[in-house]
Amino acid sequence: MAEYDRATIEELIDGTIDFFKLKEMLSSFKDPGRFDTYIEVLQDRVKWQDRILLPYGLHLYVVQKTDGKRMIKCDCGHEFCDANDNWKLHALVYVRDTEDRVQELYPEYLAPDPKWQVIREYYCPTCATQLEVEAVTPWYPVIHDFQPDIDGFYKEWLGRPVPDPAG
Amino acid sequence: MATRQDDLSVKPEGLLHQQYRRTIGWNGKTLKAMREEVDRLTEESGYYAGLKELPFKQSDPIRFEKIFSKLRGGLVHARETAKRVAASPIVEQEGELCFTLYTPEGDSIVTSTGIIIHVGTMGAAIKYMVNHNYEENPGIEPGDIFCNNDCQIGNVHPCDVHTIVPIFWAGEVVGWVGGVTHVIDTGATGPGSMTVGPVTRYDDGYQIACRKIGKNDILSQDWVIESQRSVRTTKYWLLDERTRIAGCHMIRDLVLGIISEEGVDSYRQFTREVIEEGRRGLINRVKAMTIPGKYRQVSFVDIPYRHEDVEVPPYAKVDTIMHAPSEITIHPSGQMELDFSGSSRWGWHSYNATTVSFTSGIWVMLTQTLIPNDRINDGAYFATKFDLPYGAWMNPDDIRTAHSYAWHFLVSAWSPLWRGLSRAYFARGYIEEVNAGNANTSNWLQGGGYNQYGDIHAVNSFEAAAEGMGACAVKDGLDHACAIWNPEGDMGDMEIWELAEPLVYLGRSIKPNTGGYGKYRGGCGYESLRMVWGAEDWTMFFMGNGYISSDCGLMGGYPAASGYRFEAHGTDLKERFANRLPFPQGGDARPADAGYEQVLQADVVKRDKQAITTEQIFENHDLYLNYLRGGPGFGDPLERNPKDVEKDLNGGYLLPEYAQKVYGAVFTKDERGHYQVDEVATQKRQQEIRKERLARGVPTREWMKTERERIVAKDAAVQVRHMYATSFEITPKFLEEFKEFWDLPVDWNLLEQELEMPTFGSSHRMVNKQK
Repeated sequence: MAEYDRATIEELIDGTIDFFKLKEMLSSFKDPGRFDTYIEVLQDRVKWQDRILLPYGLHLYVVQKTDGKRMIKCDCGHEFCDANDNWKLHALVYVRDTEDRVQELYPEYLAPDPKWQVIREYYCPTCATQLEVEAVTPWYPVIHDFQPDIDGFYKEWLGRPVPDPAG
Repeated sequence: MATRQDDLSVKPEGLLHQQYRRTIGWNGKTLKAMREEVDRLTEESGYYAGLKELPFKQSDPIRFEKIFSKLRGGLVHARETAKRVAASPIVEQEGELCFTLYTPEGDSIVTSTGIIIHVGTMGAAIKYMVNHNYEENPGIEPGDIFCNNDCQIGNVHPCDVHTIVPIFWAGEVVGWVGGVTHVIDTGATGPGSMTVGPVTRYDDGYQIACRKIGKNDILSQDWVIESQRSVRTTKYWLLDERTRIAGCHMIRDLVLGIISEEGVDSYRQFTREVIEEGRRGLINRVKAMTIPGKYRQVSFVDIPYRHEDVEVPPYAKVDTIMHAPSEITIHPSGQMELDFSGSSRWGWHSYNATTVSFTSGIWVMLTQTLIPNDRINDGAYFATKFDLPYGAWMNPDDIRTAHSYAWHFLVSAWSPLWRGLSRAYFARGYIEEVNAGNANTSNWLQGGGYNQYGDIHAVNSFEAAAEGMGACAVKDGLDHACAIWNPEGDMGDMEIWELAEPLVYLGRSIKPNTGGYGKYRGGCGYESLRMVWGAEDWTMFFMGNGYISSDCGLMGGYPAASGYRFEAHGTDLKERFANRLPFPQGGDARPADAGYEQVLQADVVKRDKQAITTEQIFENHDLYLNYLRGGPGFGDPLERNPKDVEKDLNGGYLLPEYAQKVYGAVFTKDERGHYQVDEVATQKRQQEIRKERLARGVPTREWMKTERERIVAKDAAVQVRHMYATSFEITPKFLEEFKEFWDLPVDWNLLEQELEMPTFGSSHRMVNKQK
């Protein structure tokens, strides 16, 4: 079974990994210890102390507060909401729903027609990172992308309890 | 027929009497009885055919693997060899063919490489024959050859023609082998294999519904005559058929050889166990790679049929949008559920799909991500639960539907599944597996008439087999390199296409800004400028997404660019060539600049967002731009390495003004045209862009209040309202969730009857009772 050291996983996260190493990684069986190394790297990189239970997206994490509450948090420290809630409802949104606005992104003719489709950009209210982009028809409900079963993952797949808030 | 011990061995007394009995299933059963038994045992036990244990694999794993390897190697070999029989570049160049081995009941055991969506579709045809008592009439005998391309039986679209051959051992069917090729023309209302224009089944072309077309390994003369008179590209059709038969017979010989060596009992046991192993394999991969939970995503495709260049019957002149919302549920047990509730209704266009093409095609995608191995069989199907709403575009409740380019919707509906699974890979740490999605694999250059050799001909350029790939979480998507439907896709050589099509290349270039922007960008597409040359009575049409980009980006990345068309008629190119004057060449990097028109006089130029048309007349020296799309991006573009932006600029993948606007890049250009990005100035500019975002962004819940007002007022274009109306009608749950999200009045609804468009099919259906 494959196994990679922390430095390799860091290169992967940073996008600096050598192409041939990456190719081998893609072609090989997966390393079952990846999750733990990955979490360790991410936890060391954030400036706050809350425990990361699950990476939720680029810059976003499900963290556990000391009182046991689970929150969705940006790596800048901004806390969006409870882990079961849709973080986008607590973000800033910019909707490109006019020709001028979509043509800031794409050359004319290559941009979608806002009568058919709009582009919604969701930003972190603190660091202004663009965390998600939706390309949807007008009226479309804000998509709740991901609702992880964290308890099921830890208990049934990793074979261990969810980390203790006190620990 | 299952794994009951009684059925796993041939009884000598059974062999003695077999010549007198009419059944051809195992141990005196009919194939239909075997089908029912497998389904019952699987349903009752949760294991394929009731196999709780895998005794053969466990007791003799080397022998088990040896049989698998021989079969897999033999099927791949048969594909590689047989495709040389074909003359069609679609088959011979692009590899649009596939062979699969089945159980007597039609469950797939092992498949070759190629267009593996047909793992399921040919199985559906076999099941149809089994369930419709073909054993009795027309009879199933050694040496028989069957053919199917009927979508309502289970095909993707009529141009995927199946040849199916039973494999007999000692008077019993031990299995079937199916071969499929994508033929160039099916005799539809318009030329080309995936013509735009059919709006009903009756326009889709020559349909063969599980027909016996040969006996004793010889094609029936009446079949050859009829089929040759039913399609435009007769030579290609004939050689494609020979390709399929050759491959099927190679595989039949291989199976009989393996049975001779290993014994029929072992072969039977192997076929059962390898499918159950496939089922377990998917569950194990799900547990090893993902996170249990729910993943939601959506995609859309524009259907702009009210345009003057779409010539269809009046009831089909509808502007609407395909809606494909999906929810993936991964249970702690490892079972995966895929729910497409809320999808829009089938329509009067050429892009409807059948359930088996929808479910089977998902394996094409999964083999490129979740199960990247050679154990592709129906096991994965048995490990997954699907909810495809009856009446939706992928599960029509009316037999009249047209399917000639079902892929148009399929590729777009599947693309969000990459995103859902990618969220799981990202959370698990397997970020090298993240893929932001796939391109809408268009445009499709198609048409026909008399070609440069004076033959009646149709063309279907498979340049679309090389679109931009979605971005990964550690690298950019590949440029102009892949198509979801054929993992081995290739754009093909220009010289070969010029031999096959009366269309000269005036350019083939990277299409800048077509890959979705991001920290890692989607792969860019490309474009080919073609000039009609040597043709007579020639028509062509466009087919792709135009007004819509058919997927989102991922985690801050942008979607790929949408589409447009360029065509020019009545040009002065002949005179320009004669007088050695400049003429359009290369790419159309900035479509709004209309660069081609600077060196061209033409009676008619069509440059617009209408990327779907029906047949238009093209004379020699007319122009057609074939633009192949890009893939979506990953991550905030402001995080892109400035050196990569520099490479994009110098490589022609990005126009300078968008490097500034989207990436915040500050750069210089030297006298040789080489760009250099100033990293410090870029960082400063990016900080300003972040401030601009904070200034223009509004809290989502605030924005929702204004959007709600628009919904209450029903303020949206008719195509948007039509999409919602059909989705609401088919899935009341979607309407309730929509109303709840937007906090709409209890009695709020949107009905098709309110819309100013024809709605044939909204209330009267011709239900397909033959399923």
